[in-house]
Amino acid sequence: MVLVFVEHDGERALETSLQALAFGRGVGEALSEPLHAAILGSEALSVAGRLAAHGVVVAHVAVDGRLDDVAPDGWASALAQIADASGARVVMASGTEAGNEVLARLGARLDQPMAANCIRADAGDPFVVLRQRWGGSLLEEASIDGSPILLTVAPHAVQAEEVPSPASLEVRPNDVAIDDEDLRVRVREVVARESDSISLSDAKVVVGGGRGVGGPDGFRALEELAGLVGGAVGCSRVATSAGWRPHHDQIGQTGNRIAPELYIACGISGASQHMVGARGAKRILAINTDRDAPMVAQADFAVIGDLHLVVPAISEAVRAARGG
Amino acid sequence: MNVLVCVKRVPATGGRIALTEDGRAIDAKFLGFTVSPHEECAVEEAVRLIEAHGGESVVLTLGPPESEEQVRDALALGIGRGVLIATDGAECDPQSTAAEIVAAVRAQEAPFALLLFGNESADAGGFQVPVRVARALGLPCVVGAKALEVQGAAAVVRREAAGGWEEFEVALPAVVSVKEGINLPRYPSVPGRLKAKKKPVDRRDPAARANRLQLRRLQVPQGRDQQVTILGEGPDAAPKVVELLRSVGVV
Repeated sequence: MVLVFVEHDGERALETSLQALAFGRGVGEALSEPLHAAILGSEALSVAGRLAAHGVVVAHVAVDGRLDDVAPDGWASALAQIADASGARVVMASGTEAGNEVLARLGARLDQPMAANCIRADAGDPFVVLRQRWGGSLLEEASIDGSPILLTVAPHAVQAEEVPSPASLEVRPNDVAIDDEDLRVRVREVVARESDSISLSDAKVVVGGGRGVGGPDGFRALEELAGLVGGAVGCSRVATSAGWRPHHDQIGQTGNRIAPELYIACGISGASQHMVGARGAKRILAINTDRDAPMVAQADFAVIGDLHLVVPAISEAVRAARGG
Repeated sequence: MNVLVCVKRVPATGGRIALTEDGRAIDAKFLGFTVSPHEECAVEEAVRLIEAHGGESVVLTLGPPESEEQVRDALALGIGRGVLIATDGAECDPQSTAAEIVAAVRAQEAPFALLLFGNESADAGGFQVPVRVARALGLPCVVGAKALEVQGAAAVVRREAAGGWEEFEVALPAVVSVKEGINLPRYPSVPGRLKAKKKPVDRRDPAARANRLQLRRLQVPQGRDQQVTILGEGPDAAPKVVELLRSVGVV
Protein backbone atom coordinates (compact mmCIF):
# COMPACT_ATOMS: atom_id res chain seq x y z
CA MET A 1 0.00 0.00 0.00
CA VAL A 2 0.85 3.66 -0.27
CA LEU A 3 1.02 5.45 3.10
CA VAL A 4 0.64 9.22 3.36
CA PHE A 5 1.62 11.14 6.49
CA VAL A 6 -1.23 13.61 7.04
CA GLU A 7 -0.50 16.90 8.78
CA HIS A 8 -3.47 18.56 10.48
CA ASP A 9 -4.47 21.51 12.64
CA GLY A 10 -6.34 19.43 15.24
CA GLU A 11 -9.52 19.38 13.17
CA ARG A 12 -8.75 19.02 9.51
CA ALA A 13 -5.96 17.79 7.29
CA LEU A 14 -3.87 20.60 5.82
CA GLU A 15 -4.51 21.42 2.17
CA THR A 16 -0.93 20.40 1.34
CA SER A 17 -1.56 16.96 2.87
CA LEU A 18 -4.73 16.59 0.80
CA GLN A 19 -2.54 17.32 -2.24
CA ALA A 20 -0.15 14.57 -1.07
CA LEU A 21 -3.14 12.20 -0.81
CA ALA A 22 -4.08 13.00 -4.43
CA PHE A 23 -0.48 12.33 -5.47
CA GLY A 24 -0.43 9.12 -3.40
CA ARG A 25 -3.63 7.93 -4.99
CA GLY A 26 -2.00 8.24 -8.41
CA VAL A 27 1.02 6.22 -7.29
CA GLY A 28 -1.28 3.66 -5.66
CA GLU A 29 -3.27 3.21 -8.88
CA ALA A 30 -0.04 2.65 -10.84
CA LEU A 31 1.04 0.00 -8.32
CA SER A 32 -2.47 -1.45 -7.82
CA GLU A 33 -2.07 -0.66 -4.15
CA PRO A 34 -4.63 0.95 -1.81
CA LEU A 35 -4.17 4.38 -0.24
CA HIS A 36 -3.59 4.51 3.51
CA ALA A 37 -3.07 7.53 5.74
CA ALA A 38 -1.17 8.00 9.00
CA ILE A 39 -2.56 10.56 11.46
CA LEU A 40 -0.93 11.32 14.80
CA GLY A 41 -2.02 13.05 18.02
CA SER A 42 -5.02 13.37 20.34
CA GLU A 43 -7.34 14.55 17.56
CA ALA A 44 -6.27 11.92 15.02
CA LEU A 45 -9.66 10.18 15.04
CA SER A 46 -11.73 13.19 14.05
CA VAL A 47 -9.21 14.18 11.36
CA ALA A 48 -9.23 10.63 9.99
CA GLY A 49 -13.00 10.59 9.63
CA ARG A 50 -12.88 13.18 6.87
CA LEU A 51 -10.34 11.40 4.67
CA ALA A 52 -12.54 8.86 2.87
CA ALA A 53 -13.54 11.62 0.46
CA HIS A 54 -9.90 11.85 -0.58
CA GLY A 55 -9.63 8.18 -1.44
CA VAL A 56 -8.20 6.88 1.82
CA VAL A 57 -9.18 3.25 2.46
CA VAL A 58 -7.42 2.74 5.79
CA ALA A 59 -6.53 5.48 8.28
CA HIS A 60 -3.88 4.48 10.81
CA VAL A 61 -4.30 6.62 13.90
CA ALA A 62 -1.82 6.99 16.76
CA VAL A 63 -3.85 8.74 19.45
CA ASP A 64 -1.06 9.89 21.76
CA GLY A 65 -0.96 13.31 23.40
CA ARG A 66 2.85 13.33 23.36
CA LEU A 67 2.62 13.65 19.60
CA ASP A 68 0.46 16.82 19.70
CA ASP A 69 3.37 19.24 20.04
CA VAL A 70 6.07 19.41 17.40
CA ALA A 71 8.17 16.30 18.09
CA PRO A 72 9.75 15.32 14.78
CA ASP A 73 11.59 12.21 16.03
CA GLY A 74 8.46 11.05 17.83
CA TRP A 75 6.46 11.56 14.64
CA ALA A 76 9.05 9.70 12.56
CA SER A 77 9.07 6.85 15.08
CA ALA A 78 5.27 6.55 14.99
CA LEU A 79 5.29 6.70 11.19
CA ALA A 80 7.99 4.00 11.03
CA GLN A 81 5.89 1.71 13.25
CA ILE A 82 2.76 2.30 11.17
CA ALA A 83 4.67 1.75 7.91
CA ASP A 84 6.13 -1.48 9.26
CA ALA A 85 2.84 -2.82 10.66
CA SER A 86 1.01 -2.12 7.41
CA GLY A 87 3.73 -3.21 4.99
CA ALA A 88 3.90 0.12 3.14
CA ARG A 89 5.69 0.04 -0.24
CA VAL A 90 5.72 3.82 -0.52
CA VAL A 91 5.60 6.37 2.31
CA MET A 92 5.07 10.02 1.47
CA ALA A 93 4.27 13.41 2.97
CA SER A 94 3.81 16.89 1.64
CA GLY A 95 7.04 18.81 1.05
CA THR A 96 6.22 21.29 3.81
CA GLU A 97 8.86 22.04 6.41
CA ALA A 98 7.32 19.46 8.75
CA GLY A 99 6.75 16.92 5.97
CA ASN A 100 10.32 17.13 4.68
CA GLU A 101 11.66 16.94 8.21
CA VAL A 102 9.64 13.88 9.20
CA LEU A 103 10.39 11.97 6.00
CA ALA A 104 14.10 12.85 6.36
CA ARG A 105 14.02 11.47 9.89
CA LEU A 106 12.18 8.37 8.69
CA GLY A 107 14.82 7.90 5.99
CA ALA A 108 17.60 8.24 8.56
CA ARG A 109 15.87 5.78 10.91
CA LEU A 110 15.28 3.15 8.21
CA ASP A 111 18.51 3.93 6.30
CA GLN A 112 16.52 4.39 3.12
CA PRO A 113 16.85 7.14 0.50
CA MET A 114 14.30 9.97 0.44
CA ALA A 115 13.39 12.18 -2.51
CA ALA A 116 12.15 15.62 -1.44
CA ASN A 117 9.71 17.85 -3.32
CA CYS A 118 8.61 15.52 -6.11
CA ILE A 119 6.18 16.75 -8.73
CA ARG A 120 5.76 13.43 -10.53
CA ALA A 121 6.38 9.76 -9.84
CA ASP A 122 6.67 6.86 -12.24
CA ALA A 123 6.12 3.79 -10.08
CA GLY A 124 8.02 1.37 -12.31
CA ASP A 125 11.24 -0.56 -11.83
CA PRO A 126 13.28 1.44 -11.07
CA PHE A 127 10.99 3.89 -9.30
CA VAL A 128 11.58 7.25 -10.99
CA VAL A 129 10.66 10.68 -9.68
CA LEU A 130 10.74 14.18 -11.09
CA ARG A 131 11.72 16.51 -8.27
CA GLN A 132 12.44 20.18 -7.69
CA ARG A 133 15.97 21.51 -7.38
CA TRP A 134 16.99 25.11 -6.75
CA GLY A 135 13.58 25.76 -5.18
CA GLY A 136 11.90 24.69 -8.42
CA SER A 137 14.12 26.62 -10.86
CA LEU A 138 15.33 23.24 -12.13
CA LEU A 139 13.77 19.80 -12.25
CA GLU A 140 15.66 16.58 -11.69
CA GLU A 141 14.69 13.17 -12.96
CA ALA A 142 16.07 10.65 -10.47
CA SER A 143 15.75 6.95 -9.74
CA ILE A 144 15.21 5.96 -6.13
CA ASP A 145 16.20 2.54 -4.84
CA GLY A 146 14.41 2.16 -1.54
CA SER A 147 12.21 -0.19 0.43
CA PRO A 148 9.92 1.43 1.25
CA ILE A 149 10.20 4.27 -1.26
CA LEU A 150 10.22 7.56 0.67
CA LEU A 151 9.30 10.87 -0.92
CA THR A 152 7.67 14.22 -0.32
CA VAL A 153 5.33 15.97 -2.73
CA ALA A 154 6.14 19.57 -3.65
CA PRO A 155 3.35 21.80 -2.31
CA HIS A 156 0.92 22.82 -5.08
CA ALA A 157 2.44 20.36 -7.58
CA VAL A 158 -0.96 18.66 -7.73
CA GLN A 159 -4.46 19.74 -6.72
CA ALA A 160 -6.30 18.14 -3.84
CA GLU A 161 -9.19 16.17 -5.27
CA GLU A 162 -12.17 14.35 -3.83
CA VAL A 163 -13.03 10.94 -5.26
CA PRO A 164 -16.45 10.53 -6.92
CA SER A 165 -17.55 7.47 -4.92
CA PRO A 166 -15.54 7.05 -1.71
CA ALA A 167 -15.04 3.55 -0.31
CA SER A 168 -15.89 2.98 3.32
CA LEU A 169 -13.04 4.01 5.58
CA GLU A 170 -11.42 1.64 8.04
CA VAL A 171 -9.87 3.42 11.02
CA ARG A 172 -7.06 1.32 12.48
CA PRO A 173 -5.69 2.44 15.87
CA ASN A 174 -1.97 1.85 16.31
CA ASP A 175 -0.64 1.76 19.84
CA VAL A 176 2.77 3.17 18.93
CA ALA A 177 5.65 2.94 21.42
CA ILE A 178 7.46 6.27 21.79
CA ASP A 179 10.85 6.27 23.57
CA ASP A 180 12.06 9.20 25.67
CA GLU A 181 14.94 9.40 23.21
CA ASP A 182 12.42 10.25 20.49
CA LEU A 183 11.09 13.15 22.55
CA ARG A 184 14.48 14.82 23.07
CA VAL A 185 13.64 17.26 20.31
CA ARG A 186 10.23 18.59 21.23
CA VAL A 187 8.96 22.13 21.12
CA ARG A 188 8.94 23.56 24.65
CA GLU A 189 7.25 26.87 23.87
CA VAL A 190 5.39 28.51 21.03
CA VAL A 191 5.78 32.27 21.14
CA ALA A 192 3.13 34.21 19.23
CA ARG A 193 4.40 37.03 17.06
CA GLU A 194 2.66 40.38 17.13
CA SER A 195 1.12 40.92 13.70
CA ASP A 196 1.35 44.64 12.99
CA SER A 197 0.78 44.79 9.26
CA ILE A 198 -0.46 42.82 6.29
CA SER A 199 1.78 39.81 5.83
CA LEU A 200 3.66 39.23 2.60
CA SER A 201 1.99 35.87 2.11
CA ASP A 202 -1.55 37.31 2.44
CA ALA A 203 -1.15 40.66 0.66
CA LYS A 204 -3.15 41.31 -2.49
CA VAL A 205 -0.45 43.64 -3.77
CA VAL A 206 3.24 43.32 -2.95
CA VAL A 207 5.71 46.09 -3.71
CA GLY A 208 9.25 44.67 -3.83
CA GLY A 209 12.58 46.47 -3.99
CA GLY A 210 16.04 45.32 -5.00
CA ARG A 211 19.49 46.69 -5.71
CA GLY A 212 18.02 49.57 -7.70
CA VAL A 213 16.40 51.00 -4.57
CA GLY A 214 19.92 52.01 -3.53
CA GLY A 215 19.59 51.92 0.27
CA PRO A 216 17.20 51.71 3.23
CA ASP A 217 15.84 55.23 2.66
CA GLY A 218 14.80 54.38 -0.87
CA PHE A 219 12.20 51.96 0.52
CA ARG A 220 10.11 54.85 1.91
CA ALA A 221 8.60 55.49 -1.49
CA LEU A 222 7.76 51.77 -1.81
CA GLU A 223 6.16 51.78 1.65
CA GLU A 224 4.09 54.81 0.71
CA LEU A 225 2.75 53.08 -2.40
CA ALA A 226 2.10 49.83 -0.52
CA GLY A 227 0.28 51.78 2.19
CA LEU A 228 -1.95 53.48 -0.38
CA VAL A 229 -3.06 50.21 -1.97
CA GLY A 230 -3.22 48.15 1.23
CA GLY A 231 -0.24 46.06 0.20
CA ALA A 232 2.97 44.81 1.78
CA VAL A 233 6.61 45.64 1.07
CA GLY A 234 9.08 42.90 0.21
CA CYS A 235 12.59 42.86 -1.17
CA SER A 236 15.21 40.78 -2.96
CA ARG A 237 18.17 39.08 -1.31
CA VAL A 238 20.46 41.97 -2.23
CA ALA A 239 18.46 44.24 0.08
CA THR A 240 18.60 41.88 3.07
CA SER A 241 22.28 40.98 2.59
CA ALA A 242 23.13 44.70 2.57
CA GLY A 243 21.13 45.17 5.78
CA TRP A 244 18.65 47.55 4.10
CA ARG A 245 15.66 45.44 5.09
CA PRO A 246 15.03 42.70 7.70
CA HIS A 247 15.30 39.14 6.42
CA HIS A 248 11.60 38.42 7.01
CA ASP A 249 10.87 40.83 4.13
CA GLN A 250 12.87 38.75 1.66
CA ILE A 251 11.09 37.16 -1.30
CA GLY A 252 13.01 34.22 -2.74
CA GLN A 253 14.38 30.71 -2.42
CA THR A 254 15.70 31.43 1.09
CA GLY A 255 12.88 33.82 2.04
CA ASN A 256 9.13 34.09 1.51
CA ARG A 257 6.99 32.67 -1.28
CA ILE A 258 4.33 35.19 -2.26
CA ALA A 259 1.09 34.81 -4.24
CA PRO A 260 -0.48 38.28 -4.63
CA GLU A 261 -2.81 39.44 -7.37
CA LEU A 262 -0.12 41.91 -8.42
CA TYR A 263 3.59 42.00 -7.66
CA ILE A 264 5.32 45.31 -8.37
CA ALA A 265 9.06 44.56 -8.63
CA CYS A 266 11.12 47.75 -8.39
CA GLY A 267 14.78 47.74 -9.33
CA ILE A 268 15.02 43.95 -9.06
CA SER A 269 17.17 42.09 -11.62
CA GLY A 270 15.07 38.91 -11.52
CA ALA A 271 17.64 36.26 -10.56
CA SER A 272 16.29 32.73 -10.23
CA GLN A 273 16.76 32.89 -6.43
CA HIS A 274 14.20 35.72 -6.38
CA MET A 275 11.81 34.29 -8.98
CA VAL A 276 11.37 31.12 -6.88
CA GLY A 277 9.63 33.33 -4.33
CA ALA A 278 7.75 35.50 -6.82
CA ARG A 279 6.39 33.03 -9.32
CA GLY A 280 3.14 32.51 -7.37
CA ALA A 281 2.12 36.09 -8.24
CA LYS A 282 -0.85 36.25 -10.63
CA ARG A 283 0.61 39.26 -12.44
CA ILE A 284 3.99 40.96 -12.28
CA LEU A 285 4.78 44.59 -13.03
CA ALA A 286 8.50 45.33 -13.35
CA ILE A 287 9.83 48.84 -12.88
CA ASN A 288 13.38 48.85 -14.14
CA THR A 289 15.84 51.09 -15.96
CA ASP A 290 17.09 48.06 -17.92
CA ARG A 291 14.72 46.85 -20.61
CA ASP A 292 16.79 43.65 -20.90
CA ALA A 293 16.67 42.71 -17.20
CA PRO A 294 15.45 39.12 -16.61
CA MET A 295 12.77 40.60 -14.34
CA VAL A 296 11.29 42.51 -17.29
CA ALA A 297 11.38 39.40 -19.49
CA GLN A 298 9.46 37.43 -16.84
CA ALA A 299 6.92 40.19 -16.09
CA ASP A 300 3.45 40.74 -17.54
CA PHE A 301 3.86 44.52 -17.53
CA ALA A 302 6.85 46.81 -17.33
CA VAL A 303 7.63 50.46 -16.88
CA ILE A 304 11.07 51.34 -18.15
CA GLY A 305 12.51 54.05 -15.96
CA ASP A 306 14.04 55.07 -12.65
CA LEU A 307 11.97 53.71 -9.78
CA HIS A 308 12.87 56.80 -7.71
CA LEU A 309 10.80 58.86 -10.14
CA VAL A 310 8.24 56.26 -11.23
CA VAL A 311 7.10 54.99 -7.80
CA PRO A 312 6.28 58.44 -6.32
CA ALA A 313 4.49 59.30 -9.58
CA ILE A 314 2.32 56.18 -9.19
CA SER A 315 1.49 57.12 -5.58
CA GLU A 316 0.58 60.61 -6.74
CA ALA A 317 -1.60 59.23 -9.53
CA VAL A 318 -3.37 56.88 -7.08
CA ARG A 319 -4.16 59.84 -4.84
CA ALA A 320 -5.37 61.87 -7.82
CA ALA A 321 -7.58 58.97 -8.96
CA ARG A 322 -9.19 58.95 -5.53
CA GLY A 323 -9.84 62.65 -5.82
CA GLY A 324 -7.46 63.52 -3.02
CA MET B 1 33.63 24.42 22.73
CA ASN B 2 34.33 23.16 19.21
CA VAL B 3 31.98 23.89 16.34
CA LEU B 4 31.80 22.22 12.95
CA VAL B 5 30.10 23.90 9.99
CA CYS B 6 29.37 22.09 6.73
CA VAL B 7 29.10 23.86 3.36
CA LYS B 8 28.58 22.83 -0.27
CA ARG B 9 30.06 24.43 -3.38
CA VAL B 10 27.31 25.40 -5.84
CA PRO B 11 27.28 27.57 -8.96
CA ALA B 12 26.15 31.19 -8.44
CA THR B 13 23.23 31.12 -10.85
CA GLY B 14 21.86 34.35 -12.23
CA GLY B 15 18.74 35.00 -14.23
CA ARG B 16 18.77 32.05 -16.58
CA ILE B 17 20.07 28.55 -15.86
CA ALA B 18 21.74 26.70 -18.76
CA LEU B 19 22.51 22.98 -18.69
CA THR B 20 25.49 20.99 -19.94
CA GLU B 21 25.05 19.01 -23.15
CA ASP B 22 24.33 15.73 -21.34
CA GLY B 23 21.71 17.51 -19.22
CA ARG B 24 23.18 16.23 -15.98
CA ALA B 25 24.62 19.46 -14.57
CA ILE B 26 24.40 23.23 -14.76
CA ASP B 27 26.70 24.69 -17.39
CA ALA B 28 28.95 26.73 -15.10
CA LYS B 29 31.44 27.89 -17.77
CA PHE B 30 30.48 31.50 -17.19
CA LEU B 31 29.45 31.24 -13.55
CA GLY B 32 31.23 31.79 -10.27
CA PHE B 33 30.76 29.50 -7.30
CA THR B 34 29.39 30.06 -3.84
CA VAL B 35 27.57 28.28 -1.01
CA SER B 36 23.89 28.56 -0.13
CA PRO B 37 22.71 31.66 1.79
CA HIS B 38 21.71 29.36 4.66
CA GLU B 39 25.28 28.05 4.80
CA GLU B 40 26.77 31.56 4.73
CA CYS B 41 24.75 32.19 7.86
CA ALA B 42 25.85 28.88 9.40
CA VAL B 43 29.49 29.92 8.90
CA GLU B 44 28.80 33.32 10.49
CA GLU B 45 27.03 31.64 13.41
CA ALA B 46 30.03 29.33 13.97
CA VAL B 47 32.42 32.29 13.97
CA ARG B 48 30.24 34.18 16.47
CA LEU B 49 29.90 31.14 18.77
CA ILE B 50 33.67 30.75 18.96
CA GLU B 51 34.13 34.49 19.51
CA ALA B 52 31.66 34.29 22.42
CA HIS B 53 32.58 30.96 23.99
CA GLY B 54 36.13 30.17 22.79
CA GLY B 55 37.21 26.90 21.21
CA GLU B 56 37.90 25.82 17.67
CA SER B 57 35.77 26.14 14.55
CA VAL B 58 36.15 23.80 11.59
CA VAL B 59 34.61 24.04 8.12
CA LEU B 60 33.96 20.80 6.24
CA THR B 61 32.97 20.25 2.65
CA LEU B 62 32.41 17.30 0.34
CA GLY B 63 32.84 18.10 -3.32
CA PRO B 64 35.27 18.48 -6.22
CA PRO B 65 38.83 19.62 -5.38
CA GLU B 66 37.84 23.15 -6.42
CA SER B 67 35.65 23.25 -3.28
CA GLU B 68 38.81 24.40 -1.51
CA GLU B 69 37.71 27.87 -2.69
CA GLN B 70 34.60 27.68 -0.49
CA VAL B 71 36.66 26.31 2.42
CA ARG B 72 39.09 29.25 2.11
CA ASP B 73 36.13 31.67 1.93
CA ALA B 74 34.94 30.37 5.31
CA LEU B 75 38.48 30.51 6.72
CA ALA B 76 38.68 34.16 5.60
CA LEU B 77 35.61 34.90 7.72
CA GLY B 78 37.27 33.53 10.85
CA ILE B 79 36.83 29.74 10.83
CA GLY B 80 39.98 28.09 12.23
CA ARG B 81 40.68 25.22 9.86
CA GLY B 82 39.19 23.19 7.05
CA VAL B 83 38.43 19.62 6.06
CA LEU B 84 37.99 18.87 2.35
CA ILE B 85 36.64 15.49 1.26
CA ALA B 86 37.55 15.70 -2.40
CA THR B 87 35.38 13.77 -4.84
CA ASP B 88 35.90 13.28 -8.58
CA GLY B 89 33.09 15.78 -9.14
CA ALA B 90 30.30 13.20 -9.42
CA GLU B 91 27.32 14.06 -7.27
CA CYS B 92 26.87 12.21 -3.97
CA ASP B 93 23.32 11.51 -2.84
CA PRO B 94 22.20 12.59 0.64
CA GLN B 95 22.91 9.21 2.26
CA SER B 96 26.45 9.04 0.85
CA THR B 97 27.06 12.67 1.77
CA ALA B 98 25.93 12.08 5.35
CA ALA B 99 28.05 8.92 5.60
CA GLU B 100 31.16 10.84 4.48
CA ILE B 101 30.53 13.64 6.96
CA VAL B 102 29.98 11.13 9.78
CA ALA B 103 33.27 9.36 8.94
CA ALA B 104 35.12 12.68 8.89
CA VAL B 105 33.57 13.77 12.21
CA ARG B 106 34.52 10.49 13.86
CA ALA B 107 38.12 10.96 12.63
CA GLN B 108 38.48 14.31 14.43
CA GLU B 109 40.51 14.28 17.64
CA ALA B 110 38.42 16.71 19.69
CA PRO B 111 34.64 16.25 19.77
CA PHE B 112 32.29 18.97 18.48
CA ALA B 113 29.70 20.53 20.76
CA LEU B 114 27.74 21.79 17.76
CA LEU B 115 27.53 20.65 14.15
CA LEU B 116 26.00 23.39 12.01
CA PHE B 117 24.50 23.01 8.54
CA GLY B 118 22.36 25.04 6.17
CA ASN B 119 18.69 24.03 6.28
CA GLU B 120 18.96 22.66 2.74
CA SER B 121 21.53 22.89 -0.03
CA ALA B 122 20.89 25.55 -2.67
CA ASP B 123 21.13 23.11 -5.56
CA ALA B 124 19.90 19.61 -4.64
CA GLY B 125 17.54 20.74 -1.86
CA GLY B 126 17.35 17.30 -0.24
CA PHE B 127 16.37 18.56 3.24
CA GLN B 128 17.98 15.60 5.01
CA VAL B 129 21.78 15.54 5.40
CA PRO B 130 21.84 17.16 8.89
CA VAL B 131 19.13 14.79 10.12
CA ARG B 132 21.00 11.75 8.79
CA VAL B 133 24.31 12.86 10.33
CA ALA B 134 22.61 13.42 13.69
CA ARG B 135 20.95 10.01 13.61
CA ALA B 136 24.22 8.22 12.80
CA LEU B 137 26.04 10.04 15.61
CA GLY B 138 23.15 9.58 18.09
CA LEU B 139 22.76 13.35 18.52
CA PRO B 140 19.61 15.48 18.79
CA CYS B 141 18.90 17.63 15.74
CA VAL B 142 16.86 20.80 15.29
CA VAL B 143 16.35 22.04 11.74
CA GLY B 144 15.43 25.48 10.41
CA ALA B 145 16.99 27.56 13.22
CA LYS B 146 16.42 31.32 13.06
CA ALA B 147 18.01 31.91 16.50
CA LEU B 148 20.58 29.89 18.41
CA GLU B 149 21.95 30.43 21.87
CA VAL B 150 24.31 28.23 23.85
CA GLN B 151 23.36 28.19 27.54
CA GLY B 152 25.76 26.03 29.52
CA ALA B 153 25.51 22.48 28.23
CA ALA B 154 22.40 23.13 26.14
CA ALA B 155 21.41 24.92 22.95
CA VAL B 156 18.20 26.96 22.81
CA VAL B 157 16.94 27.11 19.25
CA ARG B 158 14.09 29.13 17.82
CA ARG B 159 12.51 28.61 14.48
CA GLU B 160 9.66 30.27 12.65
CA ALA B 161 6.23 28.68 12.68
CA ALA B 162 2.84 29.84 11.49
CA GLY B 163 2.17 33.02 13.46
CA GLY B 164 5.13 32.79 15.81
CA TRP B 165 8.25 31.07 17.06
CA GLU B 166 8.82 27.50 18.17
CA GLU B 167 11.44 27.14 20.85
CA PHE B 168 13.49 24.00 21.48
CA GLU B 169 16.12 23.18 24.05
CA VAL B 170 18.52 20.33 23.32
CA ALA B 171 21.53 19.06 25.24
CA LEU B 172 24.93 19.47 23.61
CA PRO B 173 26.43 17.97 21.57
CA ALA B 174 23.77 18.62 18.95
CA VAL B 175 23.19 19.13 15.25
CA VAL B 176 21.47 22.35 14.17
CA SER B 177 20.58 23.41 10.64
CA VAL B 178 20.10 27.13 10.18
CA LYS B 179 18.22 29.39 7.82
CA GLU B 180 19.22 32.66 6.30
CA GLY B 181 18.16 35.52 8.58
CA ILE B 182 19.60 33.98 11.78
CA ASN B 183 22.31 36.63 11.44
CA LEU B 184 23.73 39.06 8.92
CA PRO B 185 27.02 37.55 7.70
CA ARG B 186 30.10 39.75 7.73
CA TYR B 187 32.23 40.40 4.66
CA PRO B 188 35.75 39.02 4.60
CA SER B 189 38.49 41.51 5.48
CA VAL B 190 41.77 41.76 3.58
CA PRO B 191 43.78 40.48 6.59
CA GLY B 192 41.19 37.70 6.89
CA ARG B 193 41.80 36.70 3.27
CA LEU B 194 45.57 36.69 3.80
CA LYS B 195 45.32 34.60 6.97
CA ALA B 196 42.98 32.14 5.25
CA LYS B 197 45.71 31.20 2.77
CA LYS B 198 47.87 29.88 5.61
CA LYS B 199 45.21 28.09 7.65
CA PRO B 200 45.39 24.27 7.54
CA VAL B 201 43.03 22.28 5.30
CA ASP B 202 43.02 18.50 5.82
CA ARG B 203 42.19 16.42 2.80
CA ARG B 204 40.28 13.17 3.01
CA ASP B 205 39.36 10.67 0.33
CA PRO B 206 35.74 9.60 0.17
CA ALA B 207 34.82 5.92 0.25
CA ALA B 208 33.26 4.39 -2.87
CA ARG B 209 29.51 4.45 -2.34
CA ALA B 210 26.58 3.84 -4.67
CA ASN B 211 23.91 6.51 -4.88
CA ARG B 212 20.48 5.15 -4.03
CA LEU B 213 18.91 8.42 -5.14
CA GLN B 214 20.50 8.73 -8.57
CA LEU B 215 20.24 11.83 -10.74
CA ARG B 216 19.44 10.87 -14.33
CA ARG B 217 18.96 14.22 -16.00
CA LEU B 218 17.98 17.79 -15.33
CA GLN B 219 15.47 19.93 -17.12
CA VAL B 220 14.60 23.59 -17.07
CA PRO B 221 10.89 23.91 -16.27
CA GLN B 222 8.66 26.05 -18.44
CA GLY B 223 8.83 29.64 -17.31
CA ARG B 224 5.84 31.88 -16.74
CA ASP B 225 3.84 31.65 -19.93
CA GLN B 226 3.48 35.36 -20.61
CA GLN B 227 4.40 38.23 -22.88
CA VAL B 228 5.56 41.47 -21.36
CA THR B 229 3.58 44.61 -22.16
CA ILE B 230 5.59 47.81 -21.82
CA LEU B 231 3.26 50.35 -20.19
CA GLY B 232 5.57 53.26 -20.88
CA GLU B 233 8.75 55.03 -19.87
CA GLY B 234 9.37 57.01 -16.71
CA PRO B 235 6.77 58.77 -14.52
CA ASP B 236 4.49 59.32 -17.52
CA ALA B 237 3.49 55.67 -17.27
CA ALA B 238 1.88 56.24 -13.83
CA PRO B 239 -1.74 56.51 -15.10
CA LYS B 240 -1.38 53.13 -16.85
CA VAL B 241 -0.19 51.62 -13.56
CA VAL B 242 -3.21 53.10 -11.78
CA GLU B 243 -5.44 51.35 -14.35
CA LEU B 244 -3.66 48.10 -13.50
CA LEU B 245 -4.17 48.68 -9.77
CA ARG B 246 -7.83 49.41 -10.48
CA SER B 247 -8.18 46.08 -12.30
CA VAL B 248 -6.87 44.36 -9.15
CA GLY B 249 -9.48 46.24 -7.12
CA VAL B 250 -7.20 48.24 -4.85
CA VAL B 251 -7.88 51.70 -6.33
